[in-house]
Amino acid sequence: MGLGLSNRRHRVGVIAAIILIALPFLDFGFDWLAYPLHIMVLILIWSFAYTSWSLMGRFGLVSLGHGAFLGMGAYGTALLWNYAGLSPWLGVPASLCLVALVAIVIGYPCFRFRIVGYYFALVTLALSEIVRQIIMATRDYTGGSLGFTPHPLPSDASLPDQIVALQFPHREVFYFIALVTWAVGLYIWYRVERSMDRYALETIAEDEDAAASVGVWVTREKLKITVLSAVMTAFAGALFAQYQMFIAPDTVSGIFISLQIVFAVVAGGVFVALGPTVGAVITIVLSETLRIAVGVKMVGLDTTLYGVMLVLFIIFLPQGILGGILEWISRRTRAVTSQAGKAAAAD
Amino acid sequence: MFETFIDDLPFLTEALVNGLLFGGVLALLSLGLNLIFGVVDVIWICYAEIVMFGMYAMYWLHTIYAVPMVFAALATIVGCGLMGFLVHYLIISPILNAPPINQLLATGGLLFFLQSLATLLWGIEFKNLGLRLPVMGWMGVYFSYARLLAFGVALVGMIGLYLFLNRTFLGTAIRAISQDREIMVLMGVDNRKIYWVTSAVGGGLAGLAASLLVLQYDVHPFVGLSFGPITFVICVLGGLGNMLGGFIAAFILSEVVSIGGFYAELEWGYVFAFVIFVIVMFIRPGGILGRRA
Repeated sequence: MGLGLSNRRHRVGVIAAIILIALPFLDFGFDWLAYPLHIMVLILIWSFAYTSWSLMGRFGLVSLGHGAFLGMGAYGTALLWNYAGLSPWLGVPASLCLVALVAIVIGYPCFRFRIVGYYFALVTLALSEIVRQIIMATRDYTGGSLGFTPHPLPSDASLPDQIVALQFPHREVFYFIALVTWAVGLYIWYRVERSMDRYALETIAEDEDAAASVGVWVTREKLKITVLSAVMTAFAGALFAQYQMFIAPDTVSGIFISLQIVFAVVAGGVFVALGPTVGAVITIVLSETLRIAVGVKMVGLDTTLYGVMLVLFIIFLPQGILGGILEWISRRTRAVTSQAGKAAAAD
Repeated sequence: MFETFIDDLPFLTEALVNGLLFGGVLALLSLGLNLIFGVVDVIWICYAEIVMFGMYAMYWLHTIYAVPMVFAALATIVGCGLMGFLVHYLIISPILNAPPINQLLATGGLLFFLQSLATLLWGIEFKNLGLRLPVMGWMGVYFSYARLLAFGVALVGMIGLYLFLNRTFLGTAIRAISQDREIMVLMGVDNRKIYWVTSAVGGGLAGLAASLLVLQYDVHPFVGLSFGPITFVICVLGGLGNMLGGFIAAFILSEVVSIGGFYAELEWGYVFAFVIFVIVMFIRPGGILGRRA
């Protein structure tokens, strides 16, 4: 992966980028793309959140607390907007700072005192629950389980107002915001992939003592990736709130969302760049297809299937769909090259 | 200040008593989870969902088929025990040697599955047995008969488990395997069988807890989320696999929830409980009774 992109992959990337950028303009003035575009925005936002989870997950730091970060990003931004009149341009950074602080307060003792594996998963699970319960307990402000709506702008708001409020009547604008966010997420993934921190974290995942003995600052490395991952997740939450204009504790926080994040990433593949994106595509397309095909009568059908799939994936394909496909391709190419090599040697 | 305290006293006592009584059921749940962890070395994130299915079983058996309460409870215990066995047989045993976190996530998938299946099959309405159990009062302190019954039965269940583990051959084998997984196989113990029995007993304890919880709470597909997380937290606080620790932690946390709920809202009680858990984890990562490895 560190060798740089081959020519063919480069070309595929450029074509994909052109298609993604051109997509909103393909409706030629009709509105038939509104629904696919809505699905695309959801996929992009969630892909970004899943990518940020995979930054930790791939190093064995299984966090069940990302629901908390998502919820804090979403509720922080929306609450500041409604009660302090603070534009998301300031509200988002404020929420992200708060999330970074929480990630440090939880992460530092965890890593310093070596809370790993199950214990780490359960401490972060507790964090998820703390945030969900606080949202429920402060229902006078947050609306509790009924959910929360950021004050919408009047429909005739001027463009500067729309920009300040980060609310746009046109879906296309959000599509591009989400697209850029997603691309930045992938870029961060590549930066981590190519960094020294990656080797440090992989060593830590193998053996913490050994890592420390060769001079890896274990606590610091883990804390860095945790804060990065948490802040990115919170940003996804804020973006989700701005886009959907409605958030509820059950859709942006708590153990259920934390597990949903984990599921999507595991389904797509933790160890490959586009794995979380594939996970988001699968989960969202699956749930939307089921919603359209069987309607709202069968509430819960999609998550029932998710559950079965998650179990099957972990048993039979722990590297995820994309991971599995890439592995299969590389094994085939290796087989082909080694056969070609043998043939050449025989000649 | 002091006078309001005196005025509050009966209510505070009530909260304390209720916390104690609720702690009994939580202790039962954490005992089941701890048993499975101690023996199979797996955390069932979906444990509370098995309880949820048990509560539905109680509901159907009692209200629709008019099965007497005691028999319905027995059937629920057997059914949940069977479920526990199936969870192990179908999901855990194929990945017994996978990284522990994969096992956690597989049962997480099961949590999704069970919750959604319940939604699919029975809808999201709250259902209850419609029982009106008497409320008992003593010196201005009131508590419900259902809670007292739940506490008593939970205690009996725990004593039963203790006797099973300490007085039977199978129980001894279970305890032995939880102390050393590898050696026991060399001693001629079929560890697969022990895992099956343990999972079934763990499921059965969930069934018992379910038949007690359904007396006090409405059942709906997401009911597991209201006491599932607190159960994991109790197990970890007591030290995973440490049954006595879990037992004590159950009462500490249920009192925290209850008293927190008395002075503020119930959600704040849970917030306090989880915060205390996180702090204790930092101070004593092995749990309150844990030895540091």
